[in-house]
Amino acid sequence: MKIVVCVKQVPEVTNVQVDPATGTLIREGVKSILNPFCEYALDHAVRLKQAFDNISISAITMGPPQARDVLLRCLELGADEGILVTDRKFAGADTWATALTLAEAIRTAVPDFDLILVGKQAIDGDTAQVGPEIAEILGLAQITYGVEVTLSSSRKQVRVTQEVERGYEVVEAALPALVTCSKGEVVRRAPSFKDVLQARKKLIRTIRADAIAIPEGQLGLQGSFTQVVKVFPPPAKKTNTILQNLEVEKAAQEIFSFLKEKRFL
Amino acid sequence: MLIIDHERCTACKVCIRNCPFGALRIEDGLLQVNESCTLCGACVNVCRFKALGIERKQASPEELAKYKGVFVWVELDEETTPRQPRKVVLELLGKGRQLANALGEELVAVVLAGTGEVDLQVFGQHGADRVILCRHELLETYSTDGFTNVMCAVISAKKPAVVLYGATPHGRDFAPRVAARLKLGLTADCTGLEIDTDRQLVQTRPAFGGNIMASIITPYNRPQTATVRPNVFPVPEKQPAGSAVTEEFPVTLNRSAIRTRVVEKNTLVDGSEASIEDARVIVAGGRGCQKASNLDLLRTLAGQLGGTLAGSRAIVEQGWIPHTRQVGQSGTTVGPELYIAVGVSGAIQHVVGMSSSKTVIAINKDPEAGIFKTADLGVVGDALEILPILSALIEKEKQMQAASS
Repeated sequence: MKIVVCVKQVPEVTNVQVDPATGTLIREGVKSILNPFCEYALDHAVRLKQAFDNISISAITMGPPQARDVLLRCLELGADEGILVTDRKFAGADTWATALTLAEAIRTAVPDFDLILVGKQAIDGDTAQVGPEIAEILGLAQITYGVEVTLSSSRKQVRVTQEVERGYEVVEAALPALVTCSKGEVVRRAPSFKDVLQARKKLIRTIRADAIAIPEGQLGLQGSFTQVVKVFPPPAKKTNTILQNLEVEKAAQEIFSFLKEKRFL
Repeated sequence: MLIIDHERCTACKVCIRNCPFGALRIEDGLLQVNESCTLCGACVNVCRFKALGIERKQASPEELAKYKGVFVWVELDEETTPRQPRKVVLELLGKGRQLANALGEELVAVVLAGTGEVDLQVFGQHGADRVILCRHELLETYSTDGFTNVMCAVISAKKPAVVLYGATPHGRDFAPRVAARLKLGLTADCTGLEIDTDRQLVQTRPAFGGNIMASIITPYNRPQTATVRPNVFPVPEKQPAGSAVTEEFPVTLNRSAIRTRVVEKNTLVDGSEASIEDARVIVAGGRGCQKASNLDLLRTLAGQLGGTLAGSRAIVEQGWIPHTRQVGQSGTTVGPELYIAVGVSGAIQHVVGMSSSKTVIAINKDPEAGIFKTADLGVVGDALEILPILSALIEKEKQMQAASS
């Protein structure tokens, strides 16, 4: 059985600061990491591999050559092979062009896949669109917001506990299918020295534009339906009152007065 | 690919400073671009020498002009009888009305419903000109495949210029499938929508965890589709006399087309606590609350103010509150009248989920906490000591009000 996990390299956005003068991101010292939701997806794949025999995991990413680093990380965490989809022709892809390229790369590299696991969204773009778009392009059933992923004993069905607004639902679909993951283990296992050494022996394949069956006009920016016309800093925050060094009674009184003044009491 | 005109380029480096991806550098006196370039266009905009360009494909204006009208997907609240739209639908009708007026076209509410009763009056009362009603027993509850199939049929037949979906879990689940099937552009989680002078929909959304805003257009095909963040646009005033024409749209749907099956439901939201999305008052806890039992202080305050308890991702991951109560980028976007953040550090991912709150009070021990930047009133101090005193003050006030009335 073959599981494909789609992953993305992202800047660690919690640390991203905006330059107040230019309104652009300050990148110095910002690390690139494996998108946390993709790591959850990989977690689920590794868990399935531990629970069932004969499962292989392919981690695939589309990105610049340095995205190889996240594939290496996936290999350390338990993926069996990495697939790097990289070409200058892919630059500027929106979610549609990204999904089309990844879907075609999966068809090329792992044509007999059974299950695709992806993170529910990437923490840089936050669109949550690429997963469902891949599912549509490959004609697969999709289950979003998965927190637990298991297989039926026949291994013909995937069973997913998904987060919904009022709680959880358990949803089943026949394989092949695509599942987006919003959670995995909260405390994840750090790869051991042995994992790191083993990862180095695993294969990372590279797929370029000429290897996939998409006309050049449908790749990257040329193939994108949306176009960014402007990038700017978020609107300035409102002016505010910050009170410091107050006795707790005085602090409570200040909040109380504020609530009264604003007519919440 | 980014086109650099070295004749015009003065190597002034303004573009390098403005590139969000670090893709530009000067090498041997010449500007060079590397693989990190995403063709976002930030550099093209800032270059005053017009030395940078991006090759784009062209669309035929005649073809695009055939698509007309602003369509809003009506997400029904499956808990109501007769079925009512969720609040975000009314927000979208308000915004959609402005867009339709700017285009001089119709505003249409697209209702996908089961065979039970639906409140159809509400759409005209909130600005819709027309309701397209798609009824089928398989649309009684949401499914990705069922809703995708029917929405695609409506869009293909009716050819709208714009389609808007609430960026709710269901909206974000099936809007990308519709877009991929019909080969449409889709912009996620928009917080701003305008029609520009070329009659294009300009969609503005936060990216990089809210650190930056991007304006996006869909120039080459129609409809232009977007999911829109709830609690950003106001609900328009209800016009009791407003009415919309209802048009039944024939639905063909087979059970076999729906490939997922819900086998179990676990509801965590109990009746005593309102959902955070529609709450008027929210008291939110963060890591600074220290332990789960301390959340009782927040619950008490929320109860006194007619509000509900929520929290940051940190305390959801600790298991102190369920994910249904998580505010932020990976949780729910809220826009209450009053948001009280207790021991919440204010990571940007949290802030983008609550920044449309009308009034914000923050209590945190750390004077540097990011949450203070968005607060109307910030108090640096120990919330665990302040809250009991505050609740006592409120209790006393309520007793006085009760006695005097």
